[in-house]
Amino acid sequence: MAALNLNVNGKKQIVDVDPNTPVLWVLRDHLNLVGTKYGCGIAQCGACTIHLDGVAVRSCQLPVSVIGEKSITTIEGLSESADHPVQQAWLEHDVPQCGYCQAGQIMTAAAFLKEHPNPSDEEIETAMNGNLCRCGTYLRIKAAVKTAAAKS
Amino acid sequence: MTIIKTNINRRSFLKASALAGGGMMLSFSWLAGCTPTTEEALALPKEWFELNSYIKIGDNGAITLMSPNPEFGSNVKTSMPMILADELDVDWKKVTVEQADFYPERFNRQFTGGSMGILLAWKPLRAAGATARQMLVNAAAQQWSVPAAEITTEAGMLHHKASGKTAGYGEVASLAARLAVPEEVALKEIKDFKIIGSSKKNVDGTDIVSGKPLFGIDYKQEGMLVAMIAHPPAFGLKVKSVDDSAARSMPGIKDVFIFKTLADDYERNGFDTTTFTELVAVVGNSTWEVMNAKKALKIEWEKKADQQVVVNGWGGKKTEVIPGGLESTMTHKTLMDEMSKKKASILRKDGDPEAAFKRAAKILERTYSAPYLAHNTMEPVNCFAHVTADKAELYGPIQAPEFIRNTIAARIGIPKENIHIKLARMGGGFGLRAYGHHMVEAAVISQKVKAPIKMVYTREDDMTYGIYRPTYTATYRAALDKENNLIAFHVKGGGIPEHAVHAMRFPAGAVDNYLAEGWSLDSNITIGAFRAPGSNFIAGAEQSFLDELAELAGKDPIEFRLELLERSKTKPVGEKNDYDPDRYAGVLKLVKEKSQWSEPQPNVHRGVSAYFCHNTYVAEVIDLEITNNKPVVKKVFAAVDCGIVVNPDAAINMGEGAIVDGIGNAFFGEMTFVEGVPQKNNFDKYRMIRQKEAPRSIEVHFLKNEKDPSGLGEPLFPPVFAALANALYKAKGKRYYQQPFLAEDITIG
Ligand code: FES
Ligand code: FES
Repeated sequence: MAALNLNVNGKKQIVDVDPNTPVLWVLRDHLNLVGTKYGCGIAQCGACTIHLDGVAVRSCQLPVSVIGEKSITTIEGLSESADHPVQQAWLEHDVPQCGYCQAGQIMTAAAFLKEHPNPSDEEIETAMNGNLCRCGTYLRIKAAVKTAAAKS
Repeated sequence: MTIIKTNINRRSFLKASALAGGGMMLSFSWLAGCTPTTEEALALPKEWFELNSYIKIGDNGAITLMSPNPEFGSNVKTSMPMILADELDVDWKKVTVEQADFYPERFNRQFTGGSMGILLAWKPLRAAGATARQMLVNAAAQQWSVPAAEITTEAGMLHHKASGKTAGYGEVASLAARLAVPEEVALKEIKDFKIIGSSKKNVDGTDIVSGKPLFGIDYKQEGMLVAMIAHPPAFGLKVKSVDDSAARSMPGIKDVFIFKTLADDYERNGFDTTTFTELVAVVGNSTWEVMNAKKALKIEWEKKADQQVVVNGWGGKKTEVIPGGLESTMTHKTLMDEMSKKKASILRKDGDPEAAFKRAAKILERTYSAPYLAHNTMEPVNCFAHVTADKAELYGPIQAPEFIRNTIAARIGIPKENIHIKLARMGGGFGLRAYGHHMVEAAVISQKVKAPIKMVYTREDDMTYGIYRPTYTATYRAALDKENNLIAFHVKGGGIPEHAVHAMRFPAGAVDNYLAEGWSLDSNITIGAFRAPGSNFIAGAEQSFLDELAELAGKDPIEFRLELLERSKTKPVGEKNDYDPDRYAGVLKLVKEKSQWSEPQPNVHRGVSAYFCHNTYVAEVIDLEITNNKPVVKKVFAAVDCGIVVNPDAAINMGEGAIVDGIGNAFFGEMTFVEGVPQKNNFDKYRMIRQKEAPRSIEVHFLKNEKDPSGLGEPLFPPVFAALANALYKAKGKRYYQQPFLAEDITIG
């Protein structure tokens, strides 16, 4: 066990955990931020995507000990009240079916759009390819990313 | 105007009561308004016909509707209340929808599956909405001393034109609660629907995109421990012994033990599917600690002998034998080939197929096969349980809570009235959540450790637990005469542990000489519902075969099907044909028109397919292009006849999802076994369709009619497989007979 200082969604947090614990479980079990989802645990599905200093990463494969000073943003911290342009676009296209994968999809899309404000279809497909959606909402995800790009 | 009686099926259907704090509550039965067919009546427990839902109208005008059906993404939580709200005549924007807990004493019909939700709920929901509206009208009539017939309603307001009186529903709700429930009420004309037929957004949309805790896996309670299980690594094995010394001494670990999930002599119901009746539990403080301790377990496994179980479900009680042994996909294939050559049970026979084949000018024979499929819902299996001396509380993803409650009660020895199941939003269902073994497991673990626990399966546990879509095969034979008329048709299908032949479905009824046969083999690999399980295989096989047959007959594939449907309409063979040829033809004609089938485009390779199951007719056309040597699905057209469409945009979303799912499973979906061990345990090995492989666009068109709405969760899925195979044939000049197509050296994207 080790006490670690974390910066999560703009707040300082101290957690006392095994330093090998993946950030995913620190968020879900210790910080009660359950919007970040467990899907595979091996960086294959994207359900656990968070931002580390603004970059999309898979929290299931990220030991909490390597975070250091970097700031973590989760779906709960993306916006105050679901008003981030990506979240708004998701609502406009009524993307979710079961909804389980969507936090990860949104976090991937939000980080991607910051780097590529005017993406082509192909760039969107490549960027979103790592996020599985078992319900098959891929077409709406793509449309929502385009809408978000147009609006931000 | 349709007048309906509110006292249906001689059971009390509606009950009005005063709402604490002012207002009215109308409780009603989600199901009682329908006249179940005999099959449905058998399948549905009679408690489901009791009061199980409500409308609340506060005296402040707040409208709350309760959705008793579990939500797994088919959007019933939005679409069902829309039906209520329309008949009630309220402003949708002012409606709050609540998800009911599973309190069978009060609300007893809760099952999502078989695409039955909307179909079964349609009439009772309309009746309940209309009744509440009528009671509010009657209350206003009394208050204003005017005839009820002169009062009109609109968007939650009551008006009396002659006197100019007007009031909100809330103002008369307390009075309405004291009135008698009217014996007859008028339903709206279909043309007067305001909410039904207009797209409404998912009521949980904002919570989903902001990451609110909605799912079972998100649930927490003070003092809760985390539990994981280890199940045998192979079907046909059981626990022999556990060395837990290392695991026990690891940080945060509270307990490790072997436990039985079902008593050996327990009489199972149809959803108690499991062969792993003994598991190892690890319980501790946090997920990561428990996961690590689980890895440190040293478990010895041993072979399991044949096991006899009594199953009381699916139309009767019978003793089943779960065979021992370690099964492999290779052996399955050999056995299935052998079985295909043997005699099978005759499911339907018309005319004299043998004689017809003898006089045929051309005969076509083809064999199709498909592997086991894993559901792979994105949310892995999980369940919260808190069992105390005399009661149990559970929270988790479940499609059929009533079935599993009996099993839990029997296993933990607590009367079922004291078992309370809270329904979580499900992170995907596809049939998997009809099976509630996880709820029993969680309950037993909580009882043992005397604490609230949340049991979570790792992805690996989830994917290798079983309850797969069965593996199937089917051989089709058809005979054409000199004029290329179809004179005989023969299908012989088999599978492990069941075949997928639906003998009464098309093209039965359209051919004079018809034979359908089925066979099956026993197995210890568990299977379960999977987005129209039999249909999704047999549709692919049949519709691929019809495509090849049309080609052999020198006919356009759509025209060929339409001719057969015409025959079945004008001169049907046999009596029990399970489809309406007009509605079937309707979707084919619509997809032909929308896809501009008659005007082929350069470099676009198209395939068509149509199927009817779960009360909905669907035809699909898939357009492929070859880019960099790989097929890319450019566009999919679907034409759907599901009666009235309640929530069009949500229906389109479901349709898109089913099509994407179909393409994914056709190309990649496959679970194989070696010596009982599932060969794929996570998404690195089990390929799932991804963004790049999804179609570039999908159009879903609905036939407009006034038929009662039927389901959408399943019917768009089965036709995909053949539409894709038929398009691939056009693109590559090769027919695809074995799923997944990836195994035949072809990929997509
Ligand atoms: S849970 Fe991290 S990628 Fe799947
Ligand atoms: S919406 Fe269900 S997994 Fe994506």
